[in-house]
Amino acid sequence: MIRALAALAGWLALVSASAPMPVAQDVITGDTLPRSLSEFRFFTDGIGHSPNDRVRPYALNTPLFSDYALKNRFVYVPEGQTATYNADGVFEFPVGSALIKSFGYPADFRDPDSEIRWLETRVLLRRDSGWVALPYVWNEDGSDATLRRAGRRMPVSWIDANGETQEISYRVPNQNQCKTCHARDDEIALIGPNARNLNDGVRLAQWVDWSILDQAPDDAPRVPVWDDPGSGTLDERARAYLDINCAHCHEREGSASNSGLFLSYNEDQTVARGILKRPVAAGRGSGGRDFDIEPGHPERSIFVYRMQSRDPGIAMPELGRGMLHDEGIALIEEYIAAMDEQS
Amino acid sequence: MKSIVAIGAMLLASTSAIAAIHTVEAGPDAQERLQTALIEAEPGDTVQIGAGRFELTDGLSLDVDNVSVRGAGPDESILDFTNQVGSGEGLMVTSDDVVLHGFAIENTRGDGIKSKEANRIVYDNLRVEWTNGPDASNGAYGIYPVESTHVLVQNSRVIGASDAGIYVGQSQQIVVRHNMVTHNVAGIEIENSFFADVYENMATENTGGILVFDLPNLPQMGGHSVRVFNNLIQDNNTDNFAPEGNIVAGVPAGTGVMVMANRNVHVFENVIQDHGTSNVMLVAYTEEFDDPNYEPTIRDVVVRDNVQGRAGYAPDFEGGEQLAAAVGGTLPPVLWDGIGDNIIVNDQVPVLSLGLTSAGQALSEAQPSMAEIASEETPDAPEAVVLPASMEAALQ
Repeated sequence: MIRALAALAGWLALVSASAPMPVAQDVITGDTLPRSLSEFRFFTDGIGHSPNDRVRPYALNTPLFSDYALKNRFVYVPEGQTATYNADGVFEFPVGSALIKSFGYPADFRDPDSEIRWLETRVLLRRDSGWVALPYVWNEDGSDATLRRAGRRMPVSWIDANGETQEISYRVPNQNQCKTCHARDDEIALIGPNARNLNDGVRLAQWVDWSILDQAPDDAPRVPVWDDPGSGTLDERARAYLDINCAHCHEREGSASNSGLFLSYNEDQTVARGILKRPVAAGRGSGGRDFDIEPGHPERSIFVYRMQSRDPGIAMPELGRGMLHDEGIALIEEYIAAMDEQS
Repeated sequence: MKSIVAIGAMLLASTSAIAAIHTVEAGPDAQERLQTALIEAEPGDTVQIGAGRFELTDGLSLDVDNVSVRGAGPDESILDFTNQVGSGEGLMVTSDDVVLHGFAIENTRGDGIKSKEANRIVYDNLRVEWTNGPDASNGAYGIYPVESTHVLVQNSRVIGASDAGIYVGQSQQIVVRHNMVTHNVAGIEIENSFFADVYENMATENTGGILVFDLPNLPQMGGHSVRVFNNLIQDNNTDNFAPEGNIVAGVPAGTGVMVMANRNVHVFENVIQDHGTSNVMLVAYTEEFDDPNYEPTIRDVVVRDNVQGRAGYAPDFEGGEQLAAAVGGTLPPVLWDGIGDNIIVNDQVPVLSLGLTSAGQALSEAQPSMAEIASEETPDAPEAVVLPASMEAALQ
């Protein structure tokens, strides 16, 4: 009897190992706020390394800077459905879809094999009512992550690419702060997964192959990789950088709509792009400078001043930037310096 | 008797089922507990902030409609952001029908309380303060509603803002009353807004007392229909401590009321006195701009029936001293750049016109002279702003 039970248990273990339970569709579309990330079954392991069936990793041409954190992005679209391609904005995902993004730091950025400490996983769930954004914080042993709607601060340290030790108080955003960046006309919206930022020549077709996306036109727009001069002009790379790092708020329907500063990739009004635009409600953020961008003069441009500050009353972006992005600052300085002073 | 108790209990039960009170006391983890209450509140609920000092490191935010946030009083419940390391403001509200009442926000790195696209918001009996007094390193705005319809700011104190104490921007249907604003760069500022009543406030010891501005290149422009009346605007002579580059950094110390690039603004029945530069300044926007939809001049401005005291004895702008010397030692209490249509001053005080003819013209081209712009026929003031009854009811 005992032997039979043991055999049965072994068989069950074998079956469950070979055929993991699929993603919990009903949890995504339900009206609860699951306490644990594992309830979604996005991953077959606790730590969030091994994606479940139909959970696909992806990257962006030019990603958002978040204090040098490493990010793993995954997309999930329910079986039998696809997201709808859109050349201009983000794709339209069917109800039941989810976007999953994990944040962590390797112990040593110089060593690709060094242990990564995963801090949090943010999920966006497409429900009937719209998108819902939830932050999950990983427990110490990495076995699961717990919902923290109010966010959290945690001390983090790592060795950076130059071999220097960095320490910060890492901020997991609260649920409202998710919305600060993800708001469009007061609704939660996606930021990254649009045609131009996903399109690397291969990825859109791959998404169609995986039956995540309905079509991948040959003429899909494409933004460059911000730090790869081979992928676009200086102007294009700077615009791509500002698009992903700033335009989630600095957009006509975004959280910073009242500023009149609009940095979407295709914004064509020069003043709206910051060129010879005076500050409105910048407070200390103006730094004694007259214009967001003074062509030819990064050292006289508010953009650079705010990127160079860690002070929460000055720093831009307001959220998720406790550190300076040295390489990003260099790009924007170069972009402004190269502008014709007469323009 | 018993049945009354039973009914009372039932009422209590049903009330709590409809509207819960989430009480948060000071102490460890205040950040997470307070933010959790603000997230978990349902429409109709109250987040009750206990007495004491709440040490906070990050901005708080509220995004649920019809929630009241109430403290034990502006000197009792203190949200202390002295050690703030994240977020651009202390409290951010992005939902409608919110009432904020009875607490203080201290020493935020950026703005104090901001509300954006938050219609029918009530700010009542609050204190926002930078406790070290005027300092360029203070946050910009104390109370900062923007892009909203129906805004009420009352019975509040704002001290030490490095831009404006109470700043209402790109909004409409606004009432700002019974507030005390001191030691800010601008005491109260109404910017790019329509239909505002600013009355029975006390604005003292700011750089400028009450400003009504319109700026270019913004989603909402063409500010108009503002009444500034029954205020005490006195001794706003604090040196301008705004960080350079801000538009208010150009406001001369010693300014009582300043109207810039607005239409249909009526300033009446105020007490305006003891201003080194000017009790009332009426001017066009002077910077260059590239915006075909922007109108930089003032139009239909009426200044009447104010009690005006001493002014113009220490003009704080380039050439001011020479100008004062040329007109007898002190500047007249009302200063007009000379630009704009239908400008009326009926205060029985002298008005100095700079004699400029177009917005942005250099001061060196001024042709100052005393202006006679009184009129027996004064146009009607904008109609009183009427707020929805729900906003007044929310205060009961």
